[in-house]
Amino acid sequence: MIEVKNLTKHYGKHTALDDISFRLEKGDILGFLGPNGAGKSTTMNIITGYISGDSGDVLIDGRNILDDPTGAKKNIGYLPEIPPLYNDMTVAKYLGFMFDLKRVRLPKWEHITEICEMVKLMDVGDRIIKHLSKGYRQRVGFAQALLGYPPVLILDEPTVGLDPAQIIEMRSLIRELGKKHTIILSSHVLSEIEAVCDKIIIIDHGKIAAQGKISELTGSGKGTRMIRIQAEGREQSIYSVLKNIDSVVNVFKKGEVEKGCYEFAVESRTDIRRVLYRAVSKADFTILLMQPQGHTLEETYLDIISGRDI
Amino acid sequence: MFAIFKRELYSYFTSPVGYVVTAAFMAFSGIFFYVQCLFAGTSNMYQVFQSMFFIVLFIIPLLTMRSFADDRKNKTDQALFTSPVSIPAVVSAKFLSAFTMLAICLFSYIIEGIILSTISSPDWSVIIGNVFGMLLMGAAFIAIGIFISSLTENTIIAAVFAFMANVMISMIDSISSTISLAPVKSLLNMISFQARYKNFALGLISFSDVVFFISIALLFLFFTDRITDRRRWA
Repeated sequence: MIEVKNLTKHYGKHTALDDISFRLEKGDILGFLGPNGAGKSTTMNIITGYISGDSGDVLIDGRNILDDPTGAKKNIGYLPEIPPLYNDMTVAKYLGFMFDLKRVRLPKWEHITEICEMVKLMDVGDRIIKHLSKGYRQRVGFAQALLGYPPVLILDEPTVGLDPAQIIEMRSLIRELGKKHTIILSSHVLSEIEAVCDKIIIIDHGKIAAQGKISELTGSGKGTRMIRIQAEGREQSIYSVLKNIDSVVNVFKKGEVEKGCYEFAVESRTDIRRVLYRAVSKADFTILLMQPQGHTLEETYLDIISGRDI
Repeated sequence: MFAIFKRELYSYFTSPVGYVVTAAFMAFSGIFFYVQCLFAGTSNMYQVFQSMFFIVLFIIPLLTMRSFADDRKNKTDQALFTSPVSIPAVVSAKFLSAFTMLAICLFSYIIEGIILSTISSPDWSVIIGNVFGMLLMGAAFIAIGIFISSLTENTIIAAVFAFMANVMISMIDSISSTISLAPVKSLLNMISFQARYKNFALGLISFSDVVFFISIALLFLFFTDRITDRRRWA
């Protein structure tokens, strides 16, 4: 559905994107993660044909965005970082304009009403966009992207400016849309990506730092598991006891949490809870807390962005 | 393309710009008409058309200043250039909407003609020729204004520079009169808007004047298209 091949973009000497490639099939929801200025919006702007890359190809449903721009753009709905709203128009007039601009071939006002119901804009149809709050503006931008139900939706931080209840609604709407549409969405909110996306791509300094399913990236796909434990005793001795347990891959010291009690994170290939309990007790230390954990997306993200390996 | 044309035209009338421009045009043309025709006791509108040349210089930058600059500032160009519409279509739509505004202004000439015909018999061929001439010259000025608007995000800068460009163009005549070098002089005379417009004001429609204004308009619309396309690669 979407194919991005070796995309590169320079702004003067600054390399904004460096050899970005990925592909998405129909129904995929891809999350774009990365620090500010990593190249998320640039990538989205290139995919939608707003700007052009220096080299590389973007294919939307087999159509190249450079060779057949109108054909490719017909299949895309785009919500940019700042919603492209004409402040002097009413919501209804604006959506009517965007409907015509996109040459949607559906019954006009029925379709617009349907979308307004979907994103909860019904009560502001005749208000002038200039007077709307940030959340409403964001929703008008979203409505505009949905016009004509394009097979590809590109959403740059779709939940910015919404209140928590609206964010939850928006997420379930995006998940719902993901059944029929191919969606790329960017966000700073990791829990949002986790809740909505099947796949993620982490971009850092214009390069893809990691990509894949969330489960693969967070290590649960690697076959290891994490246990968080707190035990009373001498830190170094507890550490060596933990280190000597079979199938333990790694032990991380997390420091003293209360007087004489130290926390560790233990990475292992199998379930070692029982073995661990016996080993620690046998060495005459007291376990105060033991909690199995997955790697969270947040940890994975921070590890990748700070340049360390997972 | 029609959608953009409609929206642009609509935006002239949701802001004061559309009203100010049409009102200013009609007010000035009315004043000149009163002073130079009714009060002077002539049915020859030549003087009115001559005077309006300078008014058009002022008001066209107001029509074109927002055309691309505002879209870039408000990021609405992202909506235009990510929808299935080509850049030339966007440029043409913006041009046509400003052109339509000018055409609306020029109705005042027709009204003045009608007023004259109730008390005397004006030369309608001159009036029609003038509307036609003003539309052609206006098209060239509008294209220049839109081109300048596509260079900046700031509407004030777009207006000021378009105005400066128009004043320079109108000064070609006086510059050419100070130059004695024959080839330069004839070149300047060739590109003088005012000299060509004067022909229309006198009711003389010549093929070369028509082609001149249309070429200038097309040239600057083409530049606008190139600049806009080039920006995507920057």
